[in-house]
Amino acid sequence: MRWLRPSSSEPLWKEEFSVRAGDERYVTRRQLTKFLVLTSFGMFVGNLWILLRSLFYEAPTYPQLIVARFGEIPVGGVKLFTYPSKQDRCILVRTAENEHVGFSQKCTHLSCAVYYSRESDRLECPCHKGFFSVADGSVLQGPPPRPLPKIVLENRGDKIVAVAVKVS
Amino acid sequence: MTISNNVERPPKTRGLTAIAGAMSLIAVLLIVQIWLLSAALQSFLAAKRGSALPAAIFSGVMFLTCFGLYLFVDRVDSNVRDSSREQ
Repeated sequence: MRWLRPSSSEPLWKEEFSVRAGDERYVTRRQLTKFLVLTSFGMFVGNLWILLRSLFYEAPTYPQLIVARFGEIPVGGVKLFTYPSKQDRCILVRTAENEHVGFSQKCTHLSCAVYYSRESDRLECPCHKGFFSVADGSVLQGPPPRPLPKIVLENRGDKIVAVAVKVS
Repeated sequence: MTISNNVERPPKTRGLTAIAGAMSLIAVLLIVQIWLLSAALQSFLAAKRGSALPAAIFSGVMFLTCFGLYLFVDRVDSNVRDSSREQ
């Protein structure tokens, strides 16, 4: 790429492996600059990837899954289940007589499993003390950057059915 | 005692100052780009996809600026070394 630099009397390999001790620092600085620019290119590619994922995003379709029967869990009790796939662990909490809420059990910080604290009435991550509201999954305290994904539940007769995952 | 500004510094020192300045600017731009990428990723994971386009545009502009600075560093470096050889 001759257009990158003005024509030099020395070939590039002689510049890179110079016999003059003073030229060493030029080589290391130039290499560091190259490395920084390559890293900058990597960041740009990362942003492009996010943009492409956003442009070609397709909303997933979720299966319907019976996660519990009404009355199966006492008030303040929990049940663990997996939804929508077997790898996605979720937690179902009965917060009142006629109210159940479901959330993904993965903390949005570093994916530790959250648990329900009945005393504080919140979901807690034991790893870094991230606390989430049991009402809507929003972050109350700690390092988690986003709310917990909420499992949309429907009451069908005496069954509680998970129908979707809502990320907010 | 005052130091005269008219004293011409040797080309090698000037070259190193220019390179150090350009590198510092590249480092600052890189830090902003890292922040931009992490912010865009957080927004994407939170299903807020509106920020992806401006983030990508700003990141592209910053990359081009970094690349321009690299060309500048390369040119200055080459000039300074050529002139020091001629002396």
